[in-house]
Amino acid sequence: MNIRPGVLYAAMAVLLLLVGFIQSWQLALTIINLCLISSIMSLGVNLQWGVAGMFNVGTMGSAAVGGLAVVLISASPVPEAWDAGGMGVLFSGCMLVLTIALALWVSKLMDGHRMKLWLIVMILLVGLTLTRMVFLPATAAIESVDAASTGYLGGLGLPVALSWLAGGLFAALVAWPVGRLVSGLRSDYLAVATFGISEIILAVLRNEEWVARGVKNVTRLPRPVPFEAELQAVEWAQNLAVWSGLPIREMASILVKLAYAGWFLGVLLIIYCLLQRLQRAPWGRMMRAIRDDEEAARAMGKDVGRRHLQAFVIGSAIVGIGGAMLVTLDSQFTVTGYQPLRFTFLIWLMVIIGGSGNHRGAIFGSFLIWFLWVQAETFGHSLAWAVGVLLTPENAISVALQEGAAQLRYVVMGSILVLVMRFAPRGLIPEEQKEFTLDKR
Amino acid sequence: MSLIKAEGLVGGYGNVKVLNDCTVEVDRGKIAVIVGPNGAGKSTAMKAVLGLLKLDSGTVTLDGRDITKLPPQDRIRAGMAFVPQTENIFPSMSVFENLQMGALLRKDPIAAAADEIFSLFPILSDKRSQQAGQLSGGQRQQLAVGRALMTRPSVLLLDEPTAGVSPNVMDELFAKITEIAAQGLAVLMVEQNAALALEIADTGFVLVEGANRFTGSGSDLLNDPDTRRSFLGGRP
Amino acid sequence: MTDILNAFSHITSLLVIPGLAYASQLAFGALGVTLIFGVLRFSNFAHAEGMSLATMFCILITVWLQGASVSIAPLPTALIAMFLAIPLVALVFIGTDRALYKHFRAINAKPEVFMIVSAGIMLISNGVIRVVIGPEGQSFADGERFILTAREFREWTGLTEALVLKTSQLLSIVLALIAGGLLFWFLNRTQMGRSMRAYSDNRNLALLSGVDPNKIVWVTWILVAVLSVMGGVLFGLDKGYRPFVFQQMLLPMFAAAVVGGLGSPVGAVVGSMVVAFSELLLTFAWKKFLAYLLPTGLAPESLMQILATEYKFAISFLILVIVLLIKPTGLFGRATK
Repeated sequence: MNIRPGVLYAAMAVLLLLVGFIQSWQLALTIINLCLISSIMSLGVNLQWGVAGMFNVGTMGSAAVGGLAVVLISASPVPEAWDAGGMGVLFSGCMLVLTIALALWVSKLMDGHRMKLWLIVMILLVGLTLTRMVFLPATAAIESVDAASTGYLGGLGLPVALSWLAGGLFAALVAWPVGRLVSGLRSDYLAVATFGISEIILAVLRNEEWVARGVKNVTRLPRPVPFEAELQAVEWAQNLAVWSGLPIREMASILVKLAYAGWFLGVLLIIYCLLQRLQRAPWGRMMRAIRDDEEAARAMGKDVGRRHLQAFVIGSAIVGIGGAMLVTLDSQFTVTGYQPLRFTFLIWLMVIIGGSGNHRGAIFGSFLIWFLWVQAETFGHSLAWAVGVLLTPENAISVALQEGAAQLRYVVMGSILVLVMRFAPRGLIPEEQKEFTLDKR
Repeated sequence: MSLIKAEGLVGGYGNVKVLNDCTVEVDRGKIAVIVGPNGAGKSTAMKAVLGLLKLDSGTVTLDGRDITKLPPQDRIRAGMAFVPQTENIFPSMSVFENLQMGALLRKDPIAAAADEIFSLFPILSDKRSQQAGQLSGGQRQQLAVGRALMTRPSVLLLDEPTAGVSPNVMDELFAKITEIAAQGLAVLMVEQNAALALEIADTGFVLVEGANRFTGSGSDLLNDPDTRRSFLGGRP
Repeated sequence: MTDILNAFSHITSLLVIPGLAYASQLAFGALGVTLIFGVLRFSNFAHAEGMSLATMFCILITVWLQGASVSIAPLPTALIAMFLAIPLVALVFIGTDRALYKHFRAINAKPEVFMIVSAGIMLISNGVIRVVIGPEGQSFADGERFILTAREFREWTGLTEALVLKTSQLLSIVLALIAGGLLFWFLNRTQMGRSMRAYSDNRNLALLSGVDPNKIVWVTWILVAVLSVMGGVLFGLDKGYRPFVFQQMLLPMFAAAVVGGLGSPVGAVVGSMVVAFSELLLTFAWKKFLAYLLPTGLAPESLMQILATEYKFAISFLILVIVLLIKPTGLFGRATK
């Protein structure tokens, strides 16, 4: 019986409790909530990388699509915008579909014909130009409807928890064609391609304001828990505050965070259990067989491309659910917040440090890394302070450290990643070894 | 006393022993061929001679000097040349550049050596500035041999030089190899086309499970009904 | 006639010259990416940060030189700083290689491992740069800003549309030509360069031929350092230095290298041209150009932009993805595998 995971998890719990006692319980809960969301995202990445061995560096794209789902599902609709350009957008969408369908039909019809390529290019050019002629005025009309507060189509106004499922679904819908395109590529190219695609997704979200207000952000999204102000007026919350000796404002905030934590923990447990079942099912065994020796698996008649595609889509969906939950926690959709460092490489770091291929490891890695990510800044400030004391506060080095304290976290994260790869490439909670190993020459 | 002699080779990959007491040797101007069934350790034996295999025991001597401890690059410096079975050229470089790369270890001007290669393989001379990756299968093998000869070696090791080339080209290649040996080189090769190779070989080593089963002159082995039946595919 | 000249001057000034300058800057980056891929066999995610780091060194040296009143006016001081920065950057790169990549080469790690490690180095350099020089922009360009100003050109030719040529643009193009020429001479005409190509072509055979792998790796990092310093400084002189700008260069650089075929230096140069000009052509506002050429009545009212300027960076990704899907080996890539 391996006690290492237990010890590591216990140590993590102690760390979080220490934050509660020394710093504040609100901070501890804030960290825990983001740890839970990160855990979900890293489970998705772990399915792709740890289990299937696919080097997908487009995690940010899935997270953003998941976040978009929250806007589209739970924001209130903007009827004026629909009146202004809703039909136009729908119509141009139909035109786009028609153009592509026509191109595909012609491509099939004229297979092998000399003029095929030119004809298809012509169809696409004409079709796309016509589509633009409908699309641009329609979106301009939408974006000009009360631009300061809406200027977009809004969502469906459905309960926000539903949007988490939708987040997974959206991310899967985007991941499916992407996966179809890239799942056959070699790892270098797969990495570059997925990285590029995630940037394209973000570029579209930034610029197409009619979808989700672009860089103007969608704020005040509904949430699955009560507001702090409401809680402050509730009697049992007040009693609890008196009993614990905390100010009611703090108590309310803690209660809200606890409620979020409850939601997130529930989703995490569901996903974790499903993944563990999948892991033990024939599907999981086959995935690992493919990862460990793709050629052999292919020779045994396994459809490697199909399995990769499945892992890619399911993994992206899980990341999308996490992305949706994150937007719900913030109650706002901030497009500029999606940076590859934060949403791709940090999640990767979580998976790798925890132990790729092992879901318990991925969750532990998420807790540890998010904890360090938050505390690295505190550490940076202390370091700057210490250097300031040692030298002088006006010394160039201490000034640079003071100003750059927030940036030090990148150095810390990068160093951890590099050190783990160098000295513990299988992570802190390594994947359990196979029961037997084939003697391969 | 043979120029190159590998004696009592034992070794393999990890725990798997591929060679179990195998001995091969060849002298100046002679051709020796290692034949045997699949998985007999033919190519492994050749790798051991070159120093690419970690040996458990056995010695390799070159011109009487013990080179068992030398790494492959130093053996090449000492006068050995090796033509791998596949990936034996630099495909995106020109034919001439391939020859230049072959002579990397030599410090003297290479023009004379290159001229010798071009007169041995005239086709390479015609295509000297063409990309090596665009050559036909037979031309590639010629280039691979040419590249190896650029160091002006005394021993030439060939790992299945005729793998994947047409029968015509095969005959031509064997003729060239005979020609090379006649210039005074010791040629040791592994061949799948045992019957054809033994025709030009002075000595044949039949390996089975990493050990010598039969050793004899090429014609002896060809005429011996035992070896014919077991290892030469029973061809008449 | 004047209209045609005006149209010509307009696109030269706003499309052709900026495009060539951008392509040149991109080529420095793409050549670095492709050299690392060819010789060391991985896609270096830290490459953009490496260029940023190189530029940072240059800026610090430039400031120091300016303080010591060293100047080569009208040329920017950064040109001298470049030569001083190259050894420093090369040391950093080789140091990183010895500390990390060397180990992974020794254990024959998968390319993914190298990419993950390079991502770690990317994070570290990102933080270091921001701590050292701060996240804000830095201006280090001095000397003459323009070779040809709008006013001079108008007075000289009498055209309404001015042809403007910035010092940084001309420097980018000229230095790219010189550096590119030297690099190709080195790769094709010297023993070391041939050995590098051989090593990237067929590693085992190169080792058998007596190529010293450590030397190859060193020389590669030195070349990459030279390219990074030059590319980073020229990009910084032209567009202004901001630490995060280089991160946005990463994908155009990858795109350029992949379009040309990863590992092929010629491909990297051609790929840079393709990417740079696609970005500019597709986001260029053709309105004025058409207004000069078309009869008065037909002049377009809209900007005649094919894609909004905001999509500029997305274009390189799009090219990248399309090439990966149609011909992953790129224009000049090796056919095998």
